[in-house]
Amino acid sequence: MIINHPTLGPRDAAEFVHLGDATLMNRPDWQAEDAVEQFHEYLYQRDNPAGDYRELWYHEQGDRSWLVVTRNTLTHEITDVQMARDVAMQQAKSS
Amino acid sequence: MRYSGFQVIKQGLTGNKGWKPVWREPEPKKSYDIIIVGGGGHGLATAHYLAKKYGQKNIAVLEKGWIGSGNIGRNTTIVRSNYMLEGNQPFYEHSLKLWESLEQDLNYNAMMSQRGILNLAHSDSQRDAMARRGNAMLLSGADAKLMTADEVRKMVPFLNFDNARFPITAGLLQPRAGTARHDAVAWGFARSADQHGVDIIQNCEVTGFQMKDGKCIGVETSKGKIKAKKVAVCVAGSSSRVMEKAGMRLPIESHVLQAFVSEGLKLTIPGIVTFGAGHLYISQSDKGGLVFGGDLDGYNTYAQRGNMPTLEHVVEDMMGLMPFLGRARLLRMWGGVMDMSMDGSPIIDKTHIDGLYFNGGWCYGGFKATPASGDAYAHLIATDTPHPTATKFRFDRFLRGGMIDEKGSGAQPNLH
Repeated sequence: MIINHPTLGPRDAAEFVHLGDATLMNRPDWQAEDAVEQFHEYLYQRDNPAGDYRELWYHEQGDRSWLVVTRNTLTHEITDVQMARDVAMQQAKSS
Repeated sequence: MRYSGFQVIKQGLTGNKGWKPVWREPEPKKSYDIIIVGGGGHGLATAHYLAKKYGQKNIAVLEKGWIGSGNIGRNTTIVRSNYMLEGNQPFYEHSLKLWESLEQDLNYNAMMSQRGILNLAHSDSQRDAMARRGNAMLLSGADAKLMTADEVRKMVPFLNFDNARFPITAGLLQPRAGTARHDAVAWGFARSADQHGVDIIQNCEVTGFQMKDGKCIGVETSKGKIKAKKVAVCVAGSSSRVMEKAGMRLPIESHVLQAFVSEGLKLTIPGIVTFGAGHLYISQSDKGGLVFGGDLDGYNTYAQRGNMPTLEHVVEDMMGLMPFLGRARLLRMWGGVMDMSMDGSPIIDKTHIDGLYFNGGWCYGGFKATPASGDAYAHLIATDTPHPTATKFRFDRFLRGGMIDEKGSGAQPNLH
């Protein structure tokens, strides 16, 4: 698989480490009343879709950036790659 | 028909005209007591034990494709019980004991061959960890032998013992481990279940669950609605996709594990050998092909194929351990979709929905567990209590902090 890095261009997926679902960026509030249940959902429960999947990859053998990659889990086709930092900043703006 | 040496001779002398189909191909009835969703190894084993051991009648197994078309026919056929943790090891030892009498139980040749598994250690700390694991195995009633480097050398002299980076310092041997013919295991369980009256319905995809008052009362399938008092899902590899139809999210991610086979060679490797510094397991099939594999590819996927970096990594491991295999040619490679759970251990449990049961999350250790998984699941379905060896494989262990994490890598499915 080739991941089209937003700043470095097309890079071999072997340079990256796969972390998991992009929802891992949204850590629950540890002071919430139901923090235990929220962290259980956050840490352990997954949608695990067959189809488009937003996931976090870390460019360990490169610029050490975190990326949010949208990839189809049935075909391995990658349709979108964004810097996780940009995604987080957009989320912060819109919330 | 009971299979025996006598039958082979009799049929051979009469033109082999007396062999019958091994299972029926019935149309689904309107309702069953128990429906098992998934006709893989575990589903068929569950049907066998439900009918034979727990005296249940009126059972159907629904399979989307043909039976045994999933991971039961895609694994590297290794059978062993060399786990360590309390919630795991007694279960796998129970499984190995069932394997040892499986062919007699099923009256079917599963080509069970107890040729032993040798896990290699490459440092002092790894040897010490193996001593601990071996002790845990002995405590569960399994067999284990810690071997010195010299003993390993006598047993498998062809390994690269003096590798500068990863010298072989010791080995942990389980002599009772071995391999079994994976397809034959599915067929044997199917034949036995069928003989005990189980309807095995192929090409019948479950498309939804019928719910009434928060209770599961049947399934919707490509062959129409079928009612059932109990619905037992057993579809490792597709668990998230099927349970989503019941509105459930699971502590599972789907990943691909690749397997490889070389061209047929003369007897090269006596048992199963695993490399402890990377991740490689290798054995030789009865046809002579070297069967080997390594780590997951590492990203979520439902595609039954992997990519080249993993192949390269596995082959490098093999060359590091057994340089003489460099001229063997790779014949085939394929991938299977694994239910990777959040702690590397399976789930056999009731769901929060009455009448709906779940078995999955086998990571890449499902094959060796086939008989015990069937036995434990059948016990749960028949009695509504967990089997004594499977009390810890519960959904709520992640909420309670009761994880069974053999590798200690945390909630990171691609590392288990």
